[in-house]
Amino acid sequence: MLAIGERINVRTKLFAEAFKERNFEPIKDMAIRQVKGGANMLDINIGPARKDGPELMAWLVENIQKVVDVPLCLDTTNVEAIEAGLSVHKGKAMINSTSADPERLSLLMPLAAKYNAMIIGLTLASGGLPRDANERCALAAEIMAAGAEHGVPMEDIYLDPIMVPINGQQEQVKEILEAIRMFREMNDPPMNSVIGLSNISNGAPENMRSLINHTFLTMAITMGLTAAIVDTLDPAIIQAIKTTSVILNQSLYCHSYLETC
Amino acid sequence: MAYTVPKEAYNGKINQVEVGRNQHKLIMGGEETLPFLSFEGKAVSTVPLALEIQDINPTGDWASSLTEIYGSVMDNPAEWARMCQDEFKADMICLRLAGTHPDNGDRSPQEAGKIVEAVLSAIKVPLIILGSNHVEKDAAVIKHVAEVAANTGSIIGKAQEKNYKTFAAVATAYGHKLVALSDLDINLSKQLNILLTQSGFDSKNIIIDAMSSTLGYGLEYTYSVMERIRLSALQQNDAMMQMPMICDIGEVTWKVKEAKATEQDQPAWGAVRPRGILWEVLTALSFLMAGGNLVVFRHPEALSRVRSILAELMATA
Repeated sequence: MLAIGERINVRTKLFAEAFKERNFEPIKDMAIRQVKGGANMLDINIGPARKDGPELMAWLVENIQKVVDVPLCLDTTNVEAIEAGLSVHKGKAMINSTSADPERLSLLMPLAAKYNAMIIGLTLASGGLPRDANERCALAAEIMAAGAEHGVPMEDIYLDPIMVPINGQQEQVKEILEAIRMFREMNDPPMNSVIGLSNISNGAPENMRSLINHTFLTMAITMGLTAAIVDTLDPAIIQAIKTTSVILNQSLYCHSYLETC
Repeated sequence: MAYTVPKEAYNGKINQVEVGRNQHKLIMGGEETLPFLSFEGKAVSTVPLALEIQDINPTGDWASSLTEIYGSVMDNPAEWARMCQDEFKADMICLRLAGTHPDNGDRSPQEAGKIVEAVLSAIKVPLIILGSNHVEKDAAVIKHVAEVAANTGSIIGKAQEKNYKTFAAVATAYGHKLVALSDLDINLSKQLNILLTQSGFDSKNIIIDAMSSTLGYGLEYTYSVMERIRLSALQQNDAMMQMPMICDIGEVTWKVKEAKATEQDQPAWGAVRPRGILWEVLTALSFLMAGGNLVVFRHPEALSRVRSILAELMATA
């Protein structure tokens, strides 16, 4: 299970400023804390980054990889910034993300192939959010076809059913679980999938968020989820991942299983 | 259509552990696939074979097939060790301090220390120093003998859940590898390795003892635990299961009637001498198939037979 730390994000004021001023200290601190918390990959969200996206992403990748030994998930809509990050990244990076939109696919799948990177495929097209599991699978098929066309191995594609807040779109949440199960069946070996977990509890009271997040995560892993962008500073998340892995007989039980990586 | 060999790919690999001193160091472990499947990846390439000696003469306790070989050297552990090294070509000597057991002589840590010192000066090959399997006494003895053997890169044991802290502390202080024994249970084995690691001991210096049994007396339980330990290490990349495994089979094998009953007592079973040796050979081979990395024998002929079979199994086609 890939636990991708979500905290380095331009939407947090601290990091928006740190990105702008190229102040590495708070970024370094957060990178180290997330990896200590259990992240085995870090999301680097710089937003649309219209101005100096490529320089910023390259600066972040180079510096973060000096302080932590995990691959990075390059999160921006700016394609040049993605490529700038990939070109300096050590190890196997992840592109976050392409949609099922043909134009985005034709820009981003070749980058994944060229840099041997993993890529998140959002089951999202210009028509708006998918309405059920079947629509998500139809979009997934388009993403997979584009991947095959550009030479991206199926195991490098992480299908994202698009997490929505349970507060407001409650009926979609079980469709997302079903989509994760159906994605697996679309290929042999089964397709990988990823979600941006915290979005499910967006708008819920602060003291409820961890509970909703880790309960859904447990259910999603049972359905076959293989990666999630999560708050690795929340111990309940990492504990849920480890316990689910033990229950599914993917790692060996012992009394201290929570204390091993 | 041409035949393609089906191959498994594994995520994990077994720790490589180096033991011994000077020019006589040995390595074990380091494999990246199940035993002897060299077509899949880096298979096990060295399996040290040790002979067991004891600090007190075990005549009466040991089978006559054994005592007739060793004879008078059993009164002198240093001479006994030298014989195993020079005459029987053991890769390592395993000194079991049976005489420190409260019911079997109750020797003091200092007396045991003198024997360890004498054995170390008699041999060049690496030494394994085991207690008498008495949790409290072993902890007291190992504190002293580990110091006597400081910086010889020996293997000491056996650390168990009730005394692991003492073992971990002295193994770290005096530069030894540590045998971690759990009670024929994969979950307890992992738990003990975590406890040792949390106490500050380097997990790369642990050797797993899954608790050996012998043919006809629970061999399949040990086999199954060892096999599952290997699969967790290789398939699930479980760092707390990636240690080499020791197979301490001499003691359990030569206790059973099938290995030692005479022709007079059991005429239908055939000659006692080859029967005992085969019992030990088959037990060793079974555990090597399950992923064993180090075997402790009592009979030198069992050791030499396993050595020649290993040479064939490890030869690359």
